[in-house]
Amino acid sequence: MMLTVPEIPALPIGSYRFRSRLFVGTGKYDTLDTMRQALEAAGTDLVTVALRRVNLKNPEEPTILDAIPSECTILPNTAGCYTAEEAIQVAHLARASGIGTLIKLEVIGDPDLLWPDPIGTLEATKRLVEEGFTVMAYTSPDPVLADHLQRAGAHAIMPLGSPIGSGQGILDVRQIARIKARVSVPVVVDAGIGSPGDAAMAMEAGADAVLVNTAIALARDPVMMARAMQAAVAAGYWGAQAGRMPKREEASPSSPVSGMPHVRS
Amino acid sequence: MELTVNGEPIQVTNVATVGDLLDHFRVQHQAVAVIANGDIVGRDIFSQFSIQDGDTIEIIRFVGGG
Repeated sequence: MMLTVPEIPALPIGSYRFRSRLFVGTGKYDTLDTMRQALEAAGTDLVTVALRRVNLKNPEEPTILDAIPSECTILPNTAGCYTAEEAIQVAHLARASGIGTLIKLEVIGDPDLLWPDPIGTLEATKRLVEEGFTVMAYTSPDPVLADHLQRAGAHAIMPLGSPIGSGQGILDVRQIARIKARVSVPVVVDAGIGSPGDAAMAMEAGADAVLVNTAIALARDPVMMARAMQAAVAAGYWGAQAGRMPKREEASPSSPVSGMPHVRS
Repeated sequence: MELTVNGEPIQVTNVATVGDLLDHFRVQHQAVAVIANGDIVGRDIFSQFSIQDGDTIEIIRFVGGG
């Protein structure tokens, strides 16, 4: 069956512009080949990567950049940073490696939950924006903090749905709608999405895009899941545009209540 | 010359610059970043940036991540 929904409009973030509303992470795939196929199946044009030490015992192992489709923009993250200072240094390293000024800012405050540190995130956002970075700020789903991050110059707000890699879904989808209502920069739901239903729910709540990694990488069939996520993002986006019906407590018959035929009881 | 590279103490000979060190480890100069004694080395000056005995060097690259 052909999908007959129209194409989703491109999403601007800072001076960048993304055709797809499905951003994809590159961690946890069994092989680089599976990852490449999943990225292609997702139709994404923004993919995250991390920065780590070269393995000096195997310096010639293939680089991840070679397995990322050429139409994709690279979004380096600051995963693993616990202070604003560390995150700023990693952002500098990313820029020094020659792939532009886009950064997914993560300043973590709790190692078990990988919960963002709001104070460090806000501080690093201010500094990196001043230095000319395009900052996509990973944050707890807090409408007040989202507003602070926007005022600090963040180019996108990335509220978590639930802890990174947990697959618990979006625990309070109303927070996504509340954030969306309070900021004008794009809102990207990042972390916790476990299934296409979660991705659709985020988009229905008003998210401008979603970032998915583990849900694709750890699916039994990552390539099929990448396709499903793409369809879910489209469903959620157009569902939000269409405007859902109001909820009501009691039933409301869809069939006429008059003209019932007389049947033997 | 003794260096600390990515946290490991190593002995190298015939290494005078960051570019030489990358070649020593057979690391492609593309898409890596280098920190020498805490300061980022611009990728355009890898081959001119001198390395001294006792230096601490980090060689960083992109890996999979979310």
